[in-house]
Amino acid sequence: MKKTYKIEVDCANCANLMEDTTRKVAGVAGATVNFITQKMTVEFEEGQDPKTVMKDVLKACKKVEPDCEIEF
Amino acid sequence: MSKKQKKMLIRIIIASLLMILLNVLKLPKAVSAAGYLVTYLVIGWDILRKAWKGVLNRRPFDECFLMAVATLGAIGLAVYERSGDYNEAVAVMLFYQIGEFFQSYAVGRSRRNITELMDIRPDYANIERDGALEQVDPDEVEIGTVIVVQPGEKVPIDGTVIEGSSTLNTSALTGESVPRECRAGDEIISGCINLTGVLKIRTTKEFGESTVSKILELVENASSRKSRSEEFISRFARVYTPAVVYSALALAILPPLVRLVAGMPADWNIWIYRALTFLVISCPCALVISIPLSFFAGIGGASHEGVLIKGSNYLETLSQVKTVVFDKTGTLTKGVFEVSGVHHSPLEDAELLELAALVECASSHPISRSLQRAHGKEIDRGRVADIEEISGEGVVGRVDGRPVAAGNDKLMKRLGIAWQDCRSVGTVIHIAVDGAYAGHIVISDLEKPNVKEAIRALRDAGIRRIIMLTGDAEKVASHVAADLGIDEYHAQLLPGDKVDLVERFLAEQSGREKLAFVGDGINDAPVLSRADIGIAMGALGSDAAIEAADIVLMDDDPMKIAKGIRISRKCIRIVYENIVFALAVKFGCLILGALGIANMWAAIFADVGVMVIAVLNAIRALRVKNL
Repeated sequence: MKKTYKIEVDCANCANLMEDTTRKVAGVAGATVNFITQKMTVEFEEGQDPKTVMKDVLKACKKVEPDCEIEF
Repeated sequence: MSKKQKKMLIRIIIASLLMILLNVLKLPKAVSAAGYLVTYLVIGWDILRKAWKGVLNRRPFDECFLMAVATLGAIGLAVYERSGDYNEAVAVMLFYQIGEFFQSYAVGRSRRNITELMDIRPDYANIERDGALEQVDPDEVEIGTVIVVQPGEKVPIDGTVIEGSSTLNTSALTGESVPRECRAGDEIISGCINLTGVLKIRTTKEFGESTVSKILELVENASSRKSRSEEFISRFARVYTPAVVYSALALAILPPLVRLVAGMPADWNIWIYRALTFLVISCPCALVISIPLSFFAGIGGASHEGVLIKGSNYLETLSQVKTVVFDKTGTLTKGVFEVSGVHHSPLEDAELLELAALVECASSHPISRSLQRAHGKEIDRGRVADIEEISGEGVVGRVDGRPVAAGNDKLMKRLGIAWQDCRSVGTVIHIAVDGAYAGHIVISDLEKPNVKEAIRALRDAGIRRIIMLTGDAEKVASHVAADLGIDEYHAQLLPGDKVDLVERFLAEQSGREKLAFVGDGINDAPVLSRADIGIAMGALGSDAAIEAADIVLMDDDPMKIAKGIRISRKCIRIVYENIVFALAVKFGCLILGALGIANMWAAIFADVGVMVIAVLNAIRALRVKNL
């Protein structure tokens, strides 16, 4: 399953870091962060609940970029 | 400006004023030191906070952390040297923040510019309830609802006009400014602007499936398909920062140690200062932001001109195209066949046409449709039986119990029927009834109006090889090719042959040259996906074409192909300019910094100055109107 979320991030490199980090979160099959449209597309593994996975994603992203926001 | 940006601007102004005051007033040393400290905290507290968080999260190469180390290090050196000159450290922080502010402003602005350019999203749909118009969210409109579009409004959802007539401005979709007429019964696509009359439309799709949503989705997702340049930059960014930080460390430690061993004074402060300069240059942001931004601007600009590019990678490939392969029917020619003659028939012309139309009634091929149009009457399918379509040859079947065959000379040869050749140029359909030759129908297709100029424009754009493929007869193909100035054509091809030929052309290419296939996207999907780049033409409203192609031309104008290539070249040129410029300045400053020639001021320019210039350069990719 694929879902797109609105994000807030200030610098382009941080967006790249968020993408890398998100891909490593358990339950995530793939992720792309689009800095320009400020959107993040996350592909979840089968049977995962997006809400719970996204909580971990946000936590992981906050670690690499404390100022980032993900709306979900 | 967002709230965040406003706050930052106020901090920048306060810090700048403090800096000026501290430099103009000759304060006692202790007071001025305190003043600098206050200024430093005003402008840099958030950087320090983020740096601290970075340390807690064990992320040593965080940009904020590096800035904090660089500036605190510079302050430390000033204390150690007792120079009392804190100007540089505070100024570096100040300029860094100004740069970040400007970047966020410029990027925000350009993002808005690009999205505005693509602002075809309708905000509401009008539904008539109890004689009054009500505005509703287009997402909530169900299929089959009647919506009302007033003059000046956007058509929100695809549908059929049931009442009213008007002219439509399709420029937001096609880049074409000539208005289109529409009346009751016509299909209408969302995203057009209704210019003159009130239209009542019965919707045939949901909002999410409508043209306008499809296009928006496509363009927004386009930047997620990354090009090779972007991949290169993100790989580069991953190694660049650590490499610079480690070399900074080496620069701070190794040279002084060597000097100590050689019996010279170590000059720790000089080398640490140079190392700190390195840290300032260590952020790859200029590259990381400007490259995708250039692509996004290029894709945005192109979509405004009616050329939809489905990914940055396709934009990159398009710029390297040297061979263009055209499908003839529907691409170079209108694909609207007209019967231009009925020859050698013992039957009445109308009777022959009727037989042909009947036997071809199950086929959706443009030729069959033209036969049915020429026949002009309702078709009674009950009269036809045992229809068999022989790919690339024609159709056989029974009409009113009599065996009828309609097709080209291959079909006649297969059936062992003697046929008569035709002298006029066009597609010839031989008809046989009861196993005997019954004459032929000549159908011809018209060239599209701009094709000749489009071919010339392609040659001017440096396309080396232009090839035409067609399932049509040799004679027709050679006539069209000669007329249009196409040097190579292949006729009488079956759909499968086209794929094989394109594969052969692909193998014949050298190096990084690419091949584009241009088709109408309806029956050439396999070829579209096999070519390096598949371009579908006149795809407005055709989902299949949008699905199959990499690049979609929204209207029928073949000139758009050359334009798309020019847009892609401009965009790629800007991308390379940015890569070369940013890398040259950064490495230049690194070298000069290591030699002690470039100070922190130069370093801060290498960091934020380059980024701002690169962003401004990226925005040029948006301007493609006059290409």
